[in-house]
Amino acid sequence: MLDNSLGSNRLPLAAGVGYKPQHFTQILEDAAPVGWLEIHAENYMGDGGRPLAQLRHLSEQFPISVHGVGLSIGGEDPLDADHLARLKHLVGWLNPASFSEHLAWSTHDSHFLNDLLPLPYTDASLARICAHIDQVQEVLGRPMLLENPSSYLAFAESTWSEPDFLREVARRTGCGLLLDVNNVFVSATNLDFSPQGYIDAYPLEKVGEIHLGGHDEDEDDHGHPLLIDSHGREVVDPVWALLDYVLERSGPKPVLVERDTDVPDWPILRSEAARAHAALERIPA
Amino acid sequence: MSVSQSTFHTALLDPAQPVPDGLFDAETRPAGRRFSVYRNNVAVSLTEAMHQAFPVITKLLGTQNMDGLAGIFLRRHPPTSPLMMFYGAEFPEFLAGMEQLSHLGYLPDVARLELAQRRSYHAADSTGIDPQALAIEPEKLMTATVEFAPAMMLLRSPWPVHAIWRFNTEADAPKPQAQAQDTLITRPEFDPMPHLLPPGGAEWIAALQRGQSIGTAHETTLAAHPDFDLGATLALLLQGGAITTLNTERPQK
Repeated sequence: MLDNSLGSNRLPLAAGVGYKPQHFTQILEDAAPVGWLEIHAENYMGDGGRPLAQLRHLSEQFPISVHGVGLSIGGEDPLDADHLARLKHLVGWLNPASFSEHLAWSTHDSHFLNDLLPLPYTDASLARICAHIDQVQEVLGRPMLLENPSSYLAFAESTWSEPDFLREVARRTGCGLLLDVNNVFVSATNLDFSPQGYIDAYPLEKVGEIHLGGHDEDEDDHGHPLLIDSHGREVVDPVWALLDYVLERSGPKPVLVERDTDVPDWPILRSEAARAHAALERIPA
Repeated sequence: MSVSQSTFHTALLDPAQPVPDGLFDAETRPAGRRFSVYRNNVAVSLTEAMHQAFPVITKLLGTQNMDGLAGIFLRRHPPTSPLMMFYGAEFPEFLAGMEQLSHLGYLPDVARLELAQRRSYHAADSTGIDPQALAIEPEKLMTATVEFAPAMMLLRSPWPVHAIWRFNTEADAPKPQAQAQDTLITRPEFDPMPHLLPPGGAEWIAALQRGQSIGTAHETTLAAHPDFDLGATLALLLQGGAITTLNTERPQK
């Protein structure tokens, strides 16, 4: 157990964007009002070349958040020791302002499935995830943030609500939380709960970072709305409103705008970051 | 009723499998299409990764055919590491094993060239020697050995792989003619550059990689290629920063 979970999070209370290499030059020329950048850890685990050179350059000018998508913290299998070693190497030389991962699994039986797959919330999964987070924090020598997933379905076996589950993980391991507001909105729509009710139950005092993203709209077999967390569109108004709802209760937090597919030109991403920045400025520190 | 990750995993990769029991919507009706979101995410993201990794193969086969092949490939060879930058290492062998593609015998080597470019792109940085370092006594030069940049790659093929690659990536490139081609990839800074090697060039570089001295490698190569032009191959290596060390003291192997 590591104490002071938010103390090692050095992200500024400002808007950041998910870094995409096609924006490299424009970010260096015109980054206002972007206060920090987030990278996906796995894209910077090669031995050298342009990705690492760009990252070294950016890290001289921006606080960097390292966001892992491949650790499979929720996996039934032990954590991949090679992958954990690669992560330790990256976090070691980069010394990022924050490290975060997902409440999800992606690897089973040595197959990496390249998606964030869902978990039941049970005492057994809780114990397993806490053991994995303890191991990650021990290897990295720093606390991490854990992100809530987008849910498309529910497990019959779950006995914990997601906010309670996350609160208990944070209490047992000392980790902080990454609150993805779009994921809350997506899950709430898909599984018929109130997003505000989720936020009311969620341990906002543990939040070290907030994510915002876009989603696609579909329907299930019964014509029920089914939102898909695609990170491929702009953030919708109800998600912006939910961000305000969170910030009014949590106070200012580092807020990230994410776009991973159909990545727009820099000015569009920059204007979304400006909107997130404006939302932060409305909140008294 | 618990759903193991093993059950979930199997059903994800095999659409013929039923959706696992114990997965519901908010009204405890079976998940049905909701499970397909995950199936779709896995298949679409891995197919997209294959398109990005093998743009020339995709162009040669057409997007629809590549989608179909990727769909088979990703189920037979799911990634074994979260480093998607290296996904697809088994693709050349997979292509070689597809009977319906046997009339396109060059495809596996084209895929190997695309894999080699990606490995070069992510290889460790290094600094090439100054060409002036070679301005030493000829005897000393001939007994020297060299070390190559991690980003340098060599691909030997009985097919005109370099010409096929050019024809599908450059405007106005000449049409490929039937011939064997050896390709050298260098990475002067960050962008891998495939170069066509002159006859003998690949043998000479391979001999140097085995630790032979410049002179011994030259003699070995001349035996098979009397017209081998050492200067042209050396210039490609030097211009691409591919020689990182010249060992003049080490005894010749």
